Amino acid sequence: MSIYKNIICTFFLFLLAGNAISDVFGKKNPNLGEPLSDEEVKKYDFVIMPNGQGLPNGEGSVDAGKNLYDIHCMACHGKEGVKGLNGDLAGGHGTISGSVPKKTVGSYWPYSTILFDYIRRAMPYQNPGSLTNDEIYSISAYILFINNIIDSEMILNKNNLPGVKMPNSENFVWAFPEDS
Amino acid sequence: MKKDKFNPDYSARNGLLDRRSFLKASIASGSGLMIAGAHASEDKIRASWMGMPGEGMGESGPSEYERHIKRANIGSQPGTVGSGASRTPIQFLDGIITPSRLHFERHHSGIPNINPDEHRLVIHGLVDRQLSFSLEDLHRYKQVSKIQFLECSGNSGAMISPEAPQRNAAQLHGLVSCSEWGGVPLNVLLDEAGIKPEGKWIVASGADAAVMARSVPLQKIMDDAIVATHQNGEPVRPSNGYPMRLFLPGWEGNACVKWLRTIKVTSGPSMTKDETSKYSDLRDDGISELFTFPMEVKSVITSPSPGLNLRKKGIYQISGIAWSGSGKIKKVELSADGGKSWAEAQLDEHVLPKSLTRFRSAWMWDGSDSSLMSRAIDEKGNVQPRRDAWLEGKAVNTFYHYNAIQSWAISSGGEVSNVYL
Repeated sequence: MSIYKNIICTFFLFLLAGNAISDVFGKKNPNLGEPLSDEEVKKYDFVIMPNGQGLPNGEGSVDAGKNLYDIHCMACHGKEGVKGLNGDLAGGHGTISGSVPKKTVGSYWPYSTILFDYIRRAMPYQNPGSLTNDEIYSISAYILFINNIIDSEMILNKNNLPGVKMPNSENFVWAFPEDS
Repeated sequence: MKKDKFNPDYSARNGLLDRRSFLKASIASGSGLMIAGAHASEDKIRASWMGMPGEGMGESGPSEYERHIKRANIGSQPGTVGSGASRTPIQFLDGIITPSRLHFERHHSGIPNINPDEHRLVIHGLVDRQLSFSLEDLHRYKQVSKIQFLECSGNSGAMISPEAPQRNAAQLHGLVSCSEWGGVPLNVLLDEAGIKPEGKWIVASGADAAVMARSVPLQKIMDDAIVATHQNGEPVRPSNGYPMRLFLPGWEGNACVKWLRTIKVTSGPSMTKDETSKYSDLRDDGISELFTFPMEVKSVITSPSPGLNLRKKGIYQISGIAWSGSGKIKKVELSADGGKSWAEAQLDEHVLPKSLTRFRSAWMWDGSDSSLMSRAIDEKGNVQPRRDAWLEGKAVNTFYHYNAIQSWAISSGGEVSNVYL
């Protein structure tokens, strides 16, 4: 091989190698993500939106919720949601703009959907993931009831939970984005 | 009391401990030195540990004389073990990097023990392709590295108390740390998934028992968010999100979801429990601000500080840390007279955006009652506010994002305490 051929070959090899490298770094992406079906994704998807998107089927009553609350929640959150070891769930209504704001589910939380979302994600603390959807709807109903937000006859489900208006819902603004 | 116990440690950091230990040893047990010295020329002396070979190679921890330097104020909510926080002992550290074992923690349902082979990061929602990534996959993507701080927005929250709480710097301000974070830019993974035009936010969820979740604007995610797999050169530790965590430079720690498991692209925020009932800022007019993400310009003098008392008048080094979620620290000003006069501190060489910056100044203490303050200014011109200015307009028990000037009082006896000025 002549020295010129050698130089030309080296030059083309360099170009090829250069292209291969710049492809990887240029796109910065070896595309290794494994495609998932809707069915697979559903198993991972805990997200519930304030408009109710993501809420599952099922329903729960205040009465059933009281029994479940006393078993699973009362030890930490107290009888009827007050004076427990952790976070009061009831009371404090009307204090948020006062001299000593008391934040509870009833006095502060902006959306009722947060109850279902949070219980399903994280509660009961020692055994998360142990409650059925019916049970979560029931406990949500009971916590709303002890805050005088729904009446004792209401059966909660994915259709009516998002419409339950929380008393403090109007008192939130978004710092981000700045123009909203 | 702790204060007495901490005195020698401060001396150690000024390089005095070796000499003192040596002198104490020679006074208390001269024979030890003589025995050690017997191994050497008769006019040379050896410390006791120089008379025999030392320990072998292997795992490395701190010196047994420095083992009091550990995460501070470990506390958990009643009835729980893993729902709480521990703090970085900032008063015992120098430079800008927080050793990983001392990085602060804030967990909502403990630290999961995650097998990386069974862990997947799932990207779903408003995307063209719903994708799953293993840790091994992520390691094949181009990694980036950032030396940046992480601060819990509850840091320094005790400072809203009407009386200045008598706690040390770690207890007051130790929910901030700084690491070299390594990982994959999240925009690369989201580009691979293909974001639909209506996608404006993401909801990130963790693989902890609380499936802790925060909503983050897509704009931030595409700008500089990373999926961090490395911290200070080693895999992220379990208490900081192993095998992967969301890291949002300059934004509040709670949004940097640890043990990252899913990212759902959505049209708006999910309004999770943490971003509404917890990390929102209530004003004195009853209105609460949601999504106050950036951590604002701040500084604290770490030495001297409570527990690190002065001994006698003379020259001392004032040292501390400054940071801003908006960018680089431009300057730090110091006052030794309660804010009447200010002088610019020297910044260490590494002044990086959204990172801790170390500042120093020599101070001649004349032995009189004094008060030390530091005031940071960032490259965007943001100035660290005074405490009274910070409190203005906030509800009485609002404590997130406290970034006001810290004042330390020095008594004529050399004792350092927290004071409001």
